[in-house]
Amino acid sequence: MIVVPCPNCGPRNSSDLRNAGEVVPRPDPQTASLHEWRSYLYLRENPAGWVTETWYCRSGCRRYFTIERNTATNEIRDPGNS
Amino acid sequence: MSIHRLPIRSGELIDRSTNLSFTWNGRTFSGHEGDTIASALAAAGVEVFSRGMKYHRRRGILTANHWDPNLAVQVGDEPNVRAGSRRLVDGMEVTAQNVWPSLRWDLGTANRLVGRFLSAGFYYKTFMRPQFLWHNLYQRVLRKFAPGGRVHWKTGVHGEYDKRYAHPDVLVAGGGPAGMAAALSAAEAGASVMLVEQEPELGGHLRWGGPGDLAVLADLSRAVHSNPGIEVLCDSIVTGRYDHNWVAVVQRSHPVAPERLIKARVGSLIVAPGLVERPYVFAGNDLPGVMLAGAVRRLVNLWAVKPGSRAVVLSANSEGDAAVADLESAGVEVVAVLDARAGEDVVGARGRGRVSSVQTGDGRTLRADLLVTATGWTAPTSLLNMAGDRPLYDRTAARYFPQSLPDNVLATGGIAGDGSTTELTAHGRETGSLAAQRALRLRHARRTQTPRSLPPESDPPDEIADNRIPLRRSPHPERYRSTTHGLVDFSEDVSSKDLIQAAGEGFDSIELMKRYTTVTMGPGQGKLETVNAAAVLAESRAVEMADIGTTVWRPPFSPVSLGALAGRIFEPVRRSALQGWHEANGATNLLAGQWVRPDHYGSPMTEASNVRENVGIIDVTPLGKLDLRGPDVANLLDLVYVNRWQKLEVGRVRYGAMVAEDGVVSDDGVTGRLADNHYLMTTTSSGAGAVWEMLEDWLQTYRPDWEVHVTPVTGGLTSINVAGPRSRELLGRLVEDLDLSADAFPYFSVRKGIVSGVEDCIIWRIGFTGELSYEVHVPSGHALHVWESLLANGSDLGVAPFGVEAQRVLRLEKGHYIVGQDTDGLSKAPTAGLGGLVKLDKADTIGLPELRAAFERTDLPVLVGLQPDEPTVVPDEACQIVAAEGNEILGRVTSSRMSPTLKRSICLAQVDPSLAPAGTSVTIQLVDGRRVSATVQEHHAHVDPEGVRQRV
Repeated sequence: MIVVPCPNCGPRNSSDLRNAGEVVPRPDPQTASLHEWRSYLYLRENPAGWVTETWYCRSGCRRYFTIERNTATNEIRDPGNS
Repeated sequence: MSIHRLPIRSGELIDRSTNLSFTWNGRTFSGHEGDTIASALAAAGVEVFSRGMKYHRRRGILTANHWDPNLAVQVGDEPNVRAGSRRLVDGMEVTAQNVWPSLRWDLGTANRLVGRFLSAGFYYKTFMRPQFLWHNLYQRVLRKFAPGGRVHWKTGVHGEYDKRYAHPDVLVAGGGPAGMAAALSAAEAGASVMLVEQEPELGGHLRWGGPGDLAVLADLSRAVHSNPGIEVLCDSIVTGRYDHNWVAVVQRSHPVAPERLIKARVGSLIVAPGLVERPYVFAGNDLPGVMLAGAVRRLVNLWAVKPGSRAVVLSANSEGDAAVADLESAGVEVVAVLDARAGEDVVGARGRGRVSSVQTGDGRTLRADLLVTATGWTAPTSLLNMAGDRPLYDRTAARYFPQSLPDNVLATGGIAGDGSTTELTAHGRETGSLAAQRALRLRHARRTQTPRSLPPESDPPDEIADNRIPLRRSPHPERYRSTTHGLVDFSEDVSSKDLIQAAGEGFDSIELMKRYTTVTMGPGQGKLETVNAAAVLAESRAVEMADIGTTVWRPPFSPVSLGALAGRIFEPVRRSALQGWHEANGATNLLAGQWVRPDHYGSPMTEASNVRENVGIIDVTPLGKLDLRGPDVANLLDLVYVNRWQKLEVGRVRYGAMVAEDGVVSDDGVTGRLADNHYLMTTTSSGAGAVWEMLEDWLQTYRPDWEVHVTPVTGGLTSINVAGPRSRELLGRLVEDLDLSADAFPYFSVRKGIVSGVEDCIIWRIGFTGELSYEVHVPSGHALHVWESLLANGSDLGVAPFGVEAQRVLRLEKGHYIVGQDTDGLSKAPTAGLGGLVKLDKADTIGLPELRAAFERTDLPVLVGLQPDEPTVVPDEACQIVAAEGNEILGRVTSSRMSPTLKRSICLAQVDPSLAPAGTSVTIQLVDGRRVSATVQEHHAHVDPEGVRQRV
């Protein structure tokens, strides 16, 4: 259980939040091919290293926010400061 | 009976004024408060406590503490109790484990005769073939010989296990001199401290020391216990350290719960577990009567137990020398002291049942019933390994030392080096100050990072460098194995011969050897065995110890009971404002997600018929309800529902279905427009939370420019559905200034009004049951009044409550599908029959490309109404629909009930599109294997497909 910094509630146990996964841009549904759409649905980079991901402060302020996390070390940094 | 109990010792833990009675394998014994199970039995002359895992040789006391591999016993129905540390309680029923049929006469000893088969890799080599014998024979026989105690599946006598969250600035793992000193200086620096000690009292090795040690212990212990900044947890173990200094503690000393798992988020973790004495490897080293120096010192000084009468001591260090002094003071005749520092050695111990003679390295045979070894230490670095450290072997000191630690983990005490008590406590104090300073800086940073918290009262403490004077490393001879072979792992029965054989077979890396031979994989997790195993491997490969490395120590530090891990469940139980009434009026409950709600009040069929004939009322509060306000609500609805919402007028409600981005049906419900910028959305009961989070996601992440405010009001509004042909008449008696006539309040409309004097009720006219019905959403504080008024004012109309089961029957008669029951994780919109609803020409809607693709397909399953040709047969839900010949699966029954209205069985089913046309005959395979035929219906609805009844 890692500590994730919510911009409102401060550092919280990750069990208080929900990891909504890697940030993946949503293609334009009007122009996206089915292949592009399914890449958005199912394909993730999943690196052993820095990843930009969305978290949801489920048990606190209910804010969705984005952080950068190193999946190898669980080091976390604010994408605005990197 | 306490034939081996000594006269009073100055540091003894036992209270001789008490008398605790207990049984051991059915015989009655007694001991004192402060005794462990093992010390009380040893005082009474018991020498054999268990049998070895494979060869079932007799086993006696080896270490006389928590890590003793020979002292696992069964207490009542609690298995694997460590008799070396578990304190005696009056009335305990203690029995031996891993013996069959008894400890004295154990059939497993026959394994010794076939010992060569049980060497390394025996299981892998023997039980591979033939495979069918595994289930039929091998498994059953092996289970008889499996080590460990017994748990009855009904076991429940241990009470409620508990969980706790804690956030100490500093957690100290280990309550010896260094740990106590560290806790004190950290608390003095202003940190909140949790001090965790696995024994029932503080002190570590000071406890069995001389008068000087005992005086220091008393001072430190008094200071620790009287310091309000230190929480002391004895009889508790730090079992793991995880990312971001998440530390798990299993507390056993809790007054209420038998065990409590403490989840501690720690600023600084101080690791001070001391050192674990390691056994010496030689022939016969597992005979009862062979003990470590520490075991002798503990037995004599803590429990006043005389461990033998004629002793030989092999000593490589001061602990061995101190054991000699303790033995002499206890009246044990010390036959010989062999100085390992001068090259003297032991090559074997012999005896039947207990040591009777000792063979020395210089060829002497000494008659003795006690052989004491003091050949060195293992640093239990587990918690450091879990923090990423790989300890390094130091030849001079003959043990491993920490290498590099993260800033929030610090080591002190024996694990960090050697020293006098004064030196150890000095190092502990410096470590405590450093840990506190780092933790307080962290606490300060956490406060400043939390916008909603108050600003810190003061500046953070200055950063100070780690200027601790390192503890020295005293020289110690490298003594691991004698010239003979003996056991390396006592709990797994792995000998040095097995390890050498494994290395010869190619398993010559320590990690491979561990897995192949199971060395270090017993309950002690390598505390006694790791260093000896590495030494034997180094010897067999003729390389340096430092080149062998060590196995990675993973959590848990010590075995954890499953009860402690399961602990208390923090899942809330949700109840509507009417649940008390339901329970007082004969409701049988069911659990639906977090909700407890009435399944029925006695007869679901009668309840359903009453709705069709008269009027019924049902509590549907769990229905998810979201209050939506703002100018962009219609845009949001257009996005999350598959249908259109821009033209919904004030006062109207509409059915909507949702799909996820992959086109799979995710939720449905009705949403009504209460005012220009005010809507009320309902969701499925189970989907309420997920829909809310999904709406927030879209509003915060992709459409932050939209002005919509979402408020969940599921529990705030109690929802009562009034259903049946006489519902209009009943509700009409209770509303004020509201015209319920069909023209003024048509189907699929919403009105606000006063019901039975309660203002701000929201009423919408919909028909999940297929009858004329009104769903009344009442502010929950007044819900009971409205519910009781409905019943009191409708007795002449036949009003009666109905439960979830009757509602399921009614909705199935009407053919309304339930998301998640009649659809599944693969059901796209066309399967659910949403073809007429889905609008593919919207600018954006969730899952739009998948919806387009789905409607071009012709192979998706279709949801149909289905009636078995034999009207009394009700196929179980999830029965497969199969081809008339053969076993090809062509669909499944998703819902089925006996219809009280039609007096026949009715179903909804997902079928292959080839079976979807009305009139098709399909074959259902029942649970008992019978096959019955059924006919596909024209509509989902079995009753009133035209919808006449709900539109009156």
